[in-house]
Amino acid sequence: MVLEAVLSGFVLALFAPWIYKVGRGAAGWILALLPIGIFIYFATFVPPVAEGETFVFAQTWVPSIDISLSFNVDGLSLLFAMIISGVGALVIIYAGGYLAHDRDINRFYVYILMFMASMLGVVLSDNVITIFIFWELTSITSFMLIGYYHEKPESRTAALQALLVTGAGGLALMAGLVMMALVGGSWEISELLNRGDVITGSSLYVPILILVLAGAFTKSAQFPFHFWLPNAMAAPTPVSTYLHSATMVKAGIYLMARFSPALGGTQTWTVVVTSFGAVTMLLAAHMAWQKKDLKQILAYSTVSALGILTMLLGVGTHAALEAALVFLVVHSMYKGGLFMVAGAVDHEAGTRDIALLSGLRKAMPITGAAAVLAGLSMSGIPPFFGFVGKELIYESTTEFDMSAILLTVFAFLTNGLTITAALLVAHKPFFGSKLSAPKHPHEAPLTMWLGPVTLGTLGLLFGLLAGWVGEFLIAPAVSAVQHHQTEVHLALWHGFSMILLLSLVTIAFGVLVYWKHEVLGRWFAPSNVISKWGPEQWYFWSLDGMLGFGRWQTRLLQSGYLRNYLLIIIFSTVGLGLYTLSKYNVFSQNTIFRPIDVTSYEFMFMALIVASAFVVTQVRSRLAAVAALGVVGYGVAIIFVLDGAPDLAMTQFSIETLSVILLVLVLYRLPRFIQFSRSRPKKITEITAALAGGGFMALLVLLVTALPAQSRLAPYFAENSYKLAHGHNVVNVILVDFRGFDTMGEITVLGIAAVGVFGLLKLRLDKTRQTDTPPDVLTTQHQSADVFPVMEREQS
Amino acid sequence: MNILLILPIIIPFITGIILILAWNNRPFQRAFSVVGAAALLIAGLALLRDVWQNGIQVAQMGGWPAPFGITLVADLLSCIMVILGGIMVLSIGIYSLMDVDKGRESFGYYPLLHILMMGISGSFLTGDLFNLYVWFEVMLMSSFVLLVLGGERNQLEGGIKYVTLNLLSSAIFLAAVGAMYGLVGTVNMADLAVMVQRGEQAGIIQTLATMFLIAFGIKAAIFPLFFWLPSSYHTPPAGVSAIFAGLLTKVGVYTLIRVFTLIFILDVGYTHTIILVLAGFTMVSGVLGAATQNEMRRILSFHIISQIGYMIMGLGLYTPLALAGSVFYIMHHIIVKANLFLVSGVVNRLRGTYQLKKLGGLYRVYPMLGVLFLIPAFSLAGVPPLSGFWAKFALIRAALEIDSYLIVAAALVVSLLTLFSMTKIWGEVFWKADPAEHPETEENPPLSQLAYLIIPIAGLALITVSIGLFSEPFFALAIDAAKQLLNPAEYIQAVNPVVGGSL
Repeated sequence: MVLEAVLSGFVLALFAPWIYKVGRGAAGWILALLPIGIFIYFATFVPPVAEGETFVFAQTWVPSIDISLSFNVDGLSLLFAMIISGVGALVIIYAGGYLAHDRDINRFYVYILMFMASMLGVVLSDNVITIFIFWELTSITSFMLIGYYHEKPESRTAALQALLVTGAGGLALMAGLVMMALVGGSWEISELLNRGDVITGSSLYVPILILVLAGAFTKSAQFPFHFWLPNAMAAPTPVSTYLHSATMVKAGIYLMARFSPALGGTQTWTVVVTSFGAVTMLLAAHMAWQKKDLKQILAYSTVSALGILTMLLGVGTHAALEAALVFLVVHSMYKGGLFMVAGAVDHEAGTRDIALLSGLRKAMPITGAAAVLAGLSMSGIPPFFGFVGKELIYESTTEFDMSAILLTVFAFLTNGLTITAALLVAHKPFFGSKLSAPKHPHEAPLTMWLGPVTLGTLGLLFGLLAGWVGEFLIAPAVSAVQHHQTEVHLALWHGFSMILLLSLVTIAFGVLVYWKHEVLGRWFAPSNVISKWGPEQWYFWSLDGMLGFGRWQTRLLQSGYLRNYLLIIIFSTVGLGLYTLSKYNVFSQNTIFRPIDVTSYEFMFMALIVASAFVVTQVRSRLAAVAALGVVGYGVAIIFVLDGAPDLAMTQFSIETLSVILLVLVLYRLPRFIQFSRSRPKKITEITAALAGGGFMALLVLLVTALPAQSRLAPYFAENSYKLAHGHNVVNVILVDFRGFDTMGEITVLGIAAVGVFGLLKLRLDKTRQTDTPPDVLTTQHQSADVFPVMEREQS
Repeated sequence: MNILLILPIIIPFITGIILILAWNNRPFQRAFSVVGAAALLIAGLALLRDVWQNGIQVAQMGGWPAPFGITLVADLLSCIMVILGGIMVLSIGIYSLMDVDKGRESFGYYPLLHILMMGISGSFLTGDLFNLYVWFEVMLMSSFVLLVLGGERNQLEGGIKYVTLNLLSSAIFLAAVGAMYGLVGTVNMADLAVMVQRGEQAGIIQTLATMFLIAFGIKAAIFPLFFWLPSSYHTPPAGVSAIFAGLLTKVGVYTLIRVFTLIFILDVGYTHTIILVLAGFTMVSGVLGAATQNEMRRILSFHIISQIGYMIMGLGLYTPLALAGSVFYIMHHIIVKANLFLVSGVVNRLRGTYQLKKLGGLYRVYPMLGVLFLIPAFSLAGVPPLSGFWAKFALIRAALEIDSYLIVAAALVVSLLTLFSMTKIWGEVFWKADPAEHPETEENPPLSQLAYLIIPIAGLALITVSIGLFSEPFFALAIDAAKQLLNPAEYIQAVNPVVGGSL
């Protein structure tokens, strides 16, 4: 059933365009039925899971390499699955209103449903490869959704950036997961969680941890990988709501929580995870309140929230995990709601710039009310669920045994600035005496206020019913992360304590910054110059660096000059060959030079061959070159005669004669030779290449012929060519019988050559067809003199 | 003697001859070419069925016992390759019906295509090194003519580099075969394997192994020998580019796998380490080349090089899973890479250019074409759950199992850069607004009018998705193929060469 629940989203995505065609404006409502159904389905798991049960559903997939479609419903995955399907339903309904007049809305539905299914897959999978597959699918669907307005360059840039950053992390994660599976000896996550000591005790533990965290940190936008998330706001608001605040960016958090029994509990884990989280939460909170765009404020405060979650997972105590899971729920509700509010404001009032907005509550009372509900939860005001979350955060930081004070200070500043951000988003546009907006605002339609009102109300309800939420949702999740059954008692009121005092001071600090945010913003403005050299610049530098290096190496290798290509190949062959010969000590073990009886006439022919070969390289006329080549061939043939192979010699004579005649006939009409290499260094290189190539071949032949000949075929051919094949001439029998199949192939080659020559001479498409293909070079700047025009880069 | 082994060579041969005989009858040529292609695919499937059930199959040509005659051998890898060839020629055969102009059709395009297939099937099935050389010649000549047929200027420019560098490869190959024969007196591969295993003159044999590595490496387009490929692949019609991209370099990879699992396994620590290092450089160098290109087919051409790196990475690692990964990678890559070239051909047909700068807006007008591009493009980049992911996963897992971390790092970075350059094509060709304004009706024919082009693309995309979603049978096949490769005794026993020269 869980498999079907996960895959149903993909199936529905295939039919979404058709449903849109039929349903039009109602399509959002129709499509939302699926996530609602999934939500209800998972809700039925809540009571048994709260009792401590877990459900495993396994289905084989690729058993040859240990990959199964296994799913595990425990407290953690259940909590995530309900957030994903619940927020998913609201977002799809919301999008039906927000994108109502957009021509690509059908595509939106396709991708958002695919995303939902992938995200469910991530949180439910129990196989390290299956989880990775869904993980990557969320990156891909996110790419398609960020690039929704794909005709805008900034959308494309942001989509690519998000894909590359999360994709890089994803690949690290893949390596990490495979290594973890190999070390832990299982591909099932539930098995690996039982083998935490094996994994943390392994010598590969630190690399595994780094690789897995690289995946989690990039996905969950931790510093210094955070920059893609604010840029991803180029996506339509429903996407920002769903992917980039409520669900996808929490996949990294899920991953760390899921694997903390296997990877956590070590000093390395605590130090690394806590410090990345702490730095991220504070830096991002500090960026958030300085922004003017509603979505940018929300984006940075999302990064900050992800930092808080990471930090809490790093601390890893019972209190911290409790805090993390409560805050996760809190954040999904208020941030999802506020994003939808921001979208509604943008949609109805025509801008997201807070400087231009005020008093909207008069025109948009329902949206305004939803904003207030969400804003109060975000600020952690009792009796909202956010208050419970913030109390727990302070509880865990003050108990942190490594450096409680420092971490609490970080948390204090972060929480305070979060309140400022909440006020900027939920107070600034809606309050104030004067109604101000670029266009005349109206209340948003039902589709668009349903989501934020629901989420805002839930934030209040969860606060009031904190005990119940703790027992049924939070406790099972904490148990899953801790990997043993545990209890959670949530309450709004903990009595008067240090922590309550801290909460009050936080609120005061946040309100103070909000009150003076314009003045403070000017003070801090210069510090933002730093972002010019910040991580986002590193991203662009590395991209440019990669491309620059790529161009350099490609120009070096793929230079466009056939001459260079030949030289590289010849030198590679000779170099590798010589290295191998010396590596195996062939020179010391084998004879190369040995006394051979060379008669005077043999020596004469040899001298003739060498001399003619030299002439070929020196003459300026083609005819002379062809003639000299012919002499080389004849010389070789004569050596065949002298060595007792007259049949071979006859063949060679006829071939040489024929080729000289043919070449002369063809070359007669062509212009004179063009000197390829004029400069001295080039000549030297070419002479070296020629000598190296020839010398290496000669060396090889000497080595082989120094050994006793041991042809296995010759005696058989000699013996059987008449006896079995009924032919006197052994060469003929070899050609037409023993190896007749070769001859068939060679005849085919000749036939094809004839077809080719005919086609080349007769068919000229140049005049009729305009092509647009570039030559084999990147740039055409350095046109040097020694290029033979037809052979080298003609077009420019 | 098993007739099934000869069919994949004879079917394209006879098809080619019949097509040449029907030189002036274009309609017949078009129809019969598709029939011949389908027959080749069916023959391949029948052969696989036989080998799957009965083990390695052998045919001694002319009835001469090995090593005296020429032996054809079909193991699982050969069958897989032959089937892939069949799929390719069938797809390209259909695609060409609309893609290839009348001029080329009148001057032997279809016969050349089938003779090319004859050479390719021959290379996959032969168990004889010299016979392999002959099939290389058949392939080289027919591919060269296909490449330059039409005589466009850049075709000739690319063609000259193509033929020169490939002839150099042939020369090195032939020299190595000659020296090998001088050393051990045989050219039958199984027989060679027996002789080489005796361990005599290991140094010279290893040196010859490096020459085979270079000769086949040029064919396979590995670093630093790949120059002919980016010079030429972007010049002929899209269908020709596609079949070249799918099959030609893979013949090189196949032969590398064949000789470096059957014959040259004397000192795996040396030869296969070189292969692994070259694999890394090939991947990185190819993908960097691709990232810097701005023409669709040039980008795709450089990616071929990069992915050849993955294929020989498995050979370099030399474990069962790694080789299975290589085999799986080949299966995936041939389908996907050819398909991308086919899509680029459609783009060119619709907009008259392959230049990213001049393209744009196709997703708006042709969303289905966009989907048909995204499937192979993401698969190429190894995005799950498409075929490329499984290929990449198997190789990476295999490398991690034997602690080969550097190559894993290279493979992962390269896969990210592949994603980068696929999304670059996507962004420029499909997402970006069209730089030139096209009147809505006239220049935007519906895809249904391009049925012959779209059918093969959709078919190949369907195969890619199927390999991805139902990968178990493909993996099982690849793993069995790898097991056969790692057990040369099975191959030798099937060929059964007369031992030690005694008769």
